[in-house]
Amino acid sequence: MSLRNILDNMEPHFHKGGKWESWYALYEAVDTIFYRPNSVTKTTAHVRDGVDLKRIMITVWLCTFPAMFYGMYNVGWQANTIMAQMGVTEIGNWRDLFIGSFDANSLWDCFWHGALYFLPVYAVTFIVGGFWEVLFAMKRGHEVNEGFFVTSILFALICPPTVPLWQVALGISFGVVIAKEIFGGTGKNFLNPALAGRAFLFFAYPASMSGDAVWTAVDGYTGATALSVAASEGMAALTSQLSWFDAFFGHMQGSMGEVSTLAILIGGAVLLMTGIASWRIVAGVMVGMVATSMLFNAVGSDDNLMFAMPWYWHLVLGGFAFGMMFMATDPVSSSMTNAGKWWFGALIGFMVVMVRVVNPAFPEGMMLAILFANLFAPLIDHFVVQSNIKRRLARV
Amino acid sequence: MEQYLGLFVRAIFIDNMALTFFLGMCTFLAVSKKVEAALGLGVAVVVVLGITVPVNNLIYTYLLADGALAWAGLPEVDLSFLGLISYIGVIAALVQILEMVLDKYIPALYNALGVFLPLITVNCAIMGASLFMVERDYNLAESTVFGIGSGIGWALAITALAGIREKLKYSDVPAGLQGLGITFITVGLMSLGFQSFGGIDL
Repeated sequence: MSLRNILDNMEPHFHKGGKWESWYALYEAVDTIFYRPNSVTKTTAHVRDGVDLKRIMITVWLCTFPAMFYGMYNVGWQANTIMAQMGVTEIGNWRDLFIGSFDANSLWDCFWHGALYFLPVYAVTFIVGGFWEVLFAMKRGHEVNEGFFVTSILFALICPPTVPLWQVALGISFGVVIAKEIFGGTGKNFLNPALAGRAFLFFAYPASMSGDAVWTAVDGYTGATALSVAASEGMAALTSQLSWFDAFFGHMQGSMGEVSTLAILIGGAVLLMTGIASWRIVAGVMVGMVATSMLFNAVGSDDNLMFAMPWYWHLVLGGFAFGMMFMATDPVSSSMTNAGKWWFGALIGFMVVMVRVVNPAFPEGMMLAILFANLFAPLIDHFVVQSNIKRRLARV
Repeated sequence: MEQYLGLFVRAIFIDNMALTFFLGMCTFLAVSKKVEAALGLGVAVVVVLGITVPVNNLIYTYLLADGALAWAGLPEVDLSFLGLISYIGVIAALVQILEMVLDKYIPALYNALGVFLPLITVNCAIMGASLFMVERDYNLAESTVFGIGSGIGWALAITALAGIREKLKYSDVPAGLQGLGITFITVGLMSLGFQSFGGIDL
């Protein structure tokens, strides 16, 4: 009996009046993972296109893979290097059972070590967030939406490697429930759910989401991120321990998926070419960031060392590239109009440099910059639409 | 000059009346359904704050503060317990005057603002700004800058909220949360976004 037959035999039980009626959402989710839905639009005036929500979401999900795989390798490489320096030969928790050797030169050792940090985080994100998705879908009589694939992978990738798993569960619950589901689910929220969950953790548990001790998966080791080195000791100190190309390839500490600008740009290029991510937003973020950082370079400052950071360093450090490609371009929480996308992007670029340079409380500002711009995205759209109306009225 | 600029930016973003101190919530939640109305109310709040805070500052410094009546030969009199009632009186009177002036000279704006203009009297952001002014010992110039700045910050917040609420018209909010409930949650999430300024020291 083929899978299709099994599913078809089960299907009547999930319909109205069947014994598993309330589980229809789950059935539908499983069915559409394996097969194309049968329902088609029957009315006229319908644009035909191969792309649907499912395909868009799965493409985004796949586009994060370069960053994800590199991130796993990097977490392991960082940890193995530090362990070799400290002369430690075991981690001292369950991960020892799965790891044979901690050789920093071995690609596989590093990758596997990092995977043992990333995969539990991702699994918890997926299970807990998926639970909420299915629960809301069942209660509402909706279908489970593929958008959660994207939310879950993005959320897992922007966590530090040492984040406790219960906090992961809490963060994704906040992101999915408060920032998305109570507004009605995918397409109806106004904040990026992954970022909202991350920001919630950031403010609720700063000790495990920021600072110097959380970025390397080795107990008792503290290492500052590149941005906090630049903020506290200046660009000269930063360039002496990290070359630009190292930062570009991602040989540094940070949240799991955000380190390698190169890997992110590879995924981002696919998103831009397929038209899933708006190039206007990405261009707007770049323009805003370059202009603002050049302005700060030109103004200069004696006591604030971040003023001197050039734009090409802003690009490769912290979550800038990841946020620009995957978070800012979220089609739901960004501006919808073409002109609005430029303004929305530029606002992010401006704010991220502002927070990094001017705000001593947070060394990194990409998350907050995007959340801030999310707040103003509907307003930007409103004014763009109004000015279009005004211009066209004048032509009448 | 730089000090005033710092105070100005601080009042708009870092100490945002609506999203950091949660002041002026009643009008903030009630009049944020449409961007146009929110914008009009925001402008009115900027004007009222820009006038009342410096006026209250003058009243406080020359009439109410401890020893303020020294110029009248009464250096030992302390009338600061009259603060609250004087400030709210000033605010109510100023809003009335503003209403009459607008009615007489700019009827278009007066009609556009409608009932929101008298409502400003009971907006706690206005009262809060006067009390902050006393607590933080602002002088006349500082209180002018602070008044205008916090007005702009409040206007910015309510306009953004109105934009979001216009977008949320297409949302599918659970029955129990519709209306004010979801607006409270929206405001909470907004202040999460405004945290990007928290910690800046100007």
